[in-house]
Amino acid sequence: MGGYILKRLISAVPVLFGITIIVFLIMSLIPGDPATAILGSYATPENVEKLNRDLGLDKPMVQRYFIWLGNMLTGDFGRSFSLNRPVIDEVLERFNATMILSGTSFVLCSIFGILAGVISAARQYGFADKAITFVVLIGISVPSFFLGMMMILLFAVHLRWLPVSGMYAIYGGGDLSDLIRHLIMPALALAAVATGVVARLSRSAMLEVLRQDFVRTARANGVPERRVIMGHALRVAMVSILPVLGIQAGFVLSGAVYIEIVFQWPGVGRMLVDAILARDLLVVQGGVVFVAACYVLFNIAVDVAQMLLDPRIKT
Amino acid sequence: MSAFLTLLFRNRLAALGAVVIMAILILVLNIPLLPLHDPDVTATADRFMRPFAEGHLLGTDHLGRDLLSRLLHGTRLSLAVGIAAALIAAAIGSAIGIFAGYFGGRTDNIVMRGVDMLMAFPYILLALAIVAALGPGLMNALIAVAAVNVPFFARNIRGITVGLAGREFVDAARLAGMGHTRIVLTELLPNVLPVIVIAMSTTVGWMILETAGLSFLGLGSQPPQADLGSMLGEARSAMISHPHTSIVPGLMIFLIVVSINLLGDGVRDALDPRLRSGALSRPRATTLVKRHGDVPPTTDDLLAIQDLHTEFHVGKRNLRAVDGVSLAVKPGECLGVIGESGSGKSVTALSVMGLVASPPGVITGGAVRFQGEDLIGAPYESLRQKRGDRVAYIFQDPLSTLHPLYRVGQQLAEAIRSHDSLSKAETRARAIELLNDVRIPNAKSRVDDYPHEMSGGMRQRVGIAMALANEPDVIIADEPTTALDVTVQAQILSLLDDLRRERGLAIIFITHDFGVVAQLCDRVAVMYAGRIVEEGPTQAVLDAPAHPYTKRLIACVPELGGGRRELAAIPGLPPVLDDLPSGCAFAPRCNKAAKSCRQGEIPLQGPALRTVRCLFPERTL
Ligand code: SF4
Repeated sequence: MGGYILKRLISAVPVLFGITIIVFLIMSLIPGDPATAILGSYATPENVEKLNRDLGLDKPMVQRYFIWLGNMLTGDFGRSFSLNRPVIDEVLERFNATMILSGTSFVLCSIFGILAGVISAARQYGFADKAITFVVLIGISVPSFFLGMMMILLFAVHLRWLPVSGMYAIYGGGDLSDLIRHLIMPALALAAVATGVVARLSRSAMLEVLRQDFVRTARANGVPERRVIMGHALRVAMVSILPVLGIQAGFVLSGAVYIEIVFQWPGVGRMLVDAILARDLLVVQGGVVFVAACYVLFNIAVDVAQMLLDPRIKT
Repeated sequence: MSAFLTLLFRNRLAALGAVVIMAILILVLNIPLLPLHDPDVTATADRFMRPFAEGHLLGTDHLGRDLLSRLLHGTRLSLAVGIAAALIAAAIGSAIGIFAGYFGGRTDNIVMRGVDMLMAFPYILLALAIVAALGPGLMNALIAVAAVNVPFFARNIRGITVGLAGREFVDAARLAGMGHTRIVLTELLPNVLPVIVIAMSTTVGWMILETAGLSFLGLGSQPPQADLGSMLGEARSAMISHPHTSIVPGLMIFLIVVSINLLGDGVRDALDPRLRSGALSRPRATTLVKRHGDVPPTTDDLLAIQDLHTEFHVGKRNLRAVDGVSLAVKPGECLGVIGESGSGKSVTALSVMGLVASPPGVITGGAVRFQGEDLIGAPYESLRQKRGDRVAYIFQDPLSTLHPLYRVGQQLAEAIRSHDSLSKAETRARAIELLNDVRIPNAKSRVDDYPHEMSGGMRQRVGIAMALANEPDVIIADEPTTALDVTVQAQILSLLDDLRRERGLAIIFITHDFGVVAQLCDRVAVMYAGRIVEEGPTQAVLDAPAHPYTKRLIACVPELGGGRRELAAIPGLPPVLDDLPSGCAFAPRCNKAAKSCRQGEIPLQGPALRTVRCLFPERTL
């Protein structure tokens, strides 16, 4: 177990390197003089010169990459010009908000998606199956940003049930219940597509499993049908559902960018978009590397969960 | 191809999707012909006109521009950009995939490593990084979306190419001295192209959505040019006061994506052979019962199968798997049911407790009585309470019939606790006791094994232990030894024999092997094409088979009690069950068949307990 985790962590090292290389290469696509492009409207001659020195832009590319990598390993992601603070501070603060949002959505999409898929499969071609299939089709087809906007119109503007946007109320908020009230709509809007995808996959995985012989054995032993479905069959179906949850986590994280814009959620996604529009590329670079690295680690956790789920996997 | 299209359009939703997307395409392609306002002409006096306003069918936006016109132009732009991104991603991704798959080895390894790295990103991070580097703009958004989707194509196409590159025609081309480029272009590409097209059709909707998304963020199309995403993005600030400006482009994106999704689902379903054969439907908790005719009266047997009819309804075909079978066992008795695969013996066995997979199975007639009570059509809960408790099953292949992810002890415990409420410690003790009963050495430690950690023989013992868990009155063993080698088979048989003598169990033993029947069974019934063709005490049938089919079955056994045997030695195949010839079903394979054999029903007849269904039996009974 511990050995397996260690092995997976070690195998992640080249992937993490790969990520930094890819980001580095993309950033060197910047047309024209990088320092000016990075600094954009904030460019003063002193700044350009300082950045050139900081990034070592006069040095060859390979050397530059290693300097950048070394800095990042010591937690130095550079300094944001538009925000005038270290990139890492900003990223960490924003990442917290993003995790609250995407984490909630991920949990929601896993629970509802699997549940819907299981019910759908157990009632195949029945009313519940048809209703779920229909809702799922709508869910995976409606753009999350549009869904978010419509939810604001309905629940915040017309019904006045929930706050329009933000993470906390400006006056007098700040506690957990305030956070939850602000979280409901963005988390649901963000979860919609992933829930649909997970539901579809869970349905077909369950249908596949329910036809297998061990299900018949359980029934022949008189195991109650609810246990057969929610225990025996789902347990095996989870083996193929779990990797999809890992992939969906990436999609939730991606979708969070739109949702953060629509709901003015102070997360990494909004930070990245603002930084791109302000041409504050160090923030983009740092944010992308940081989130991608976290995603890689998350996938290791998924692999470990997979191992715990399936004793047939040799560790 | 036309068959595919028929299938596709039989799916009404897919057809609907196709119609909607075609309508949208036709509309936007004919924009120059339509009487539209100029999409970019502003008229501040006419800001935010509501839909159906004079001269503006969908109203106007925050600058007084005609929404309908902007919508159609925006749709055209969105579709064009999405499709272009799909084409670029498909072209580059497929090229990489074919390259890696064709050359294989190290090239493949290195290229695919790179592809994996790209896939390690949540896709939007990659897209944002690219847009950040190149700067906001529709062209750059297009590049970003295309680039993000390249790995998907590369991986899929590589998989296909690897499969093709090893095939003979590629080797032949190589031997013929064709260059790599020519082989790829003339031999590989035509074969890979359909896959590329399908992959594209399933991702194009996604790419339209993604480019719209980047525009929505303000990173794609820049004013005054507008695609659907930027229309929505610009309208957002006025969303609360003038929702129609947001709803119009939002609904259009939804409409496009939903119809492409419907179409894509239809394509996928039409290409999936499993859906056509109905193989993707899940079996219900009990077999469907649609009984016609009278229910036979009660008998005093422990378990009696009476005039059972079980059919498989596949599409329009009704396969009569079990066609009027009657069997009965008394306590302590072992009845063998023998026949080739497809003879209906397993279906008969599974019908007893409603375990025939349904769909497609349907019980259409007869009764199964346990201590006089009819089990066919009994409510689920009463059936469940008897399953495993009164009548238990042992199945053929214990690797697939045991749960792969539960320890054997857990599985035994669950079988027990489904009928008895014992404590955890008690069930565990009972599980160990059961494993001891079926002579598993080290039962105490084996109880925590997973099925895959055991040998085939051990697993089958677990299967037997599970059947014994609730001390049932009847055990139905469906070819329990077929997957095992000879010595293990002999051990299992003697174990079953002991258990029956010690506990007075009634056993129904399904097999295709007369050798096994001879070792274990008091009586035997021979099945062919869903019917019993001969029945009698084992020794009597073995010594003097009356049905030509039985005679041949016995002749196939080189030595009683020997190892695995196939019944392939009988020439011909069992008949197709929805197309049974009238008269004797065995006639096409019988060398005594006469004209009269093919006319009319042949009854099962003979003195009590010794019957045969044949006009010209090998000997009179
Ligand atoms: S009834 Fe006729 S065809 Fe059928 S087994 Fe007997 S002899 Fe052969």
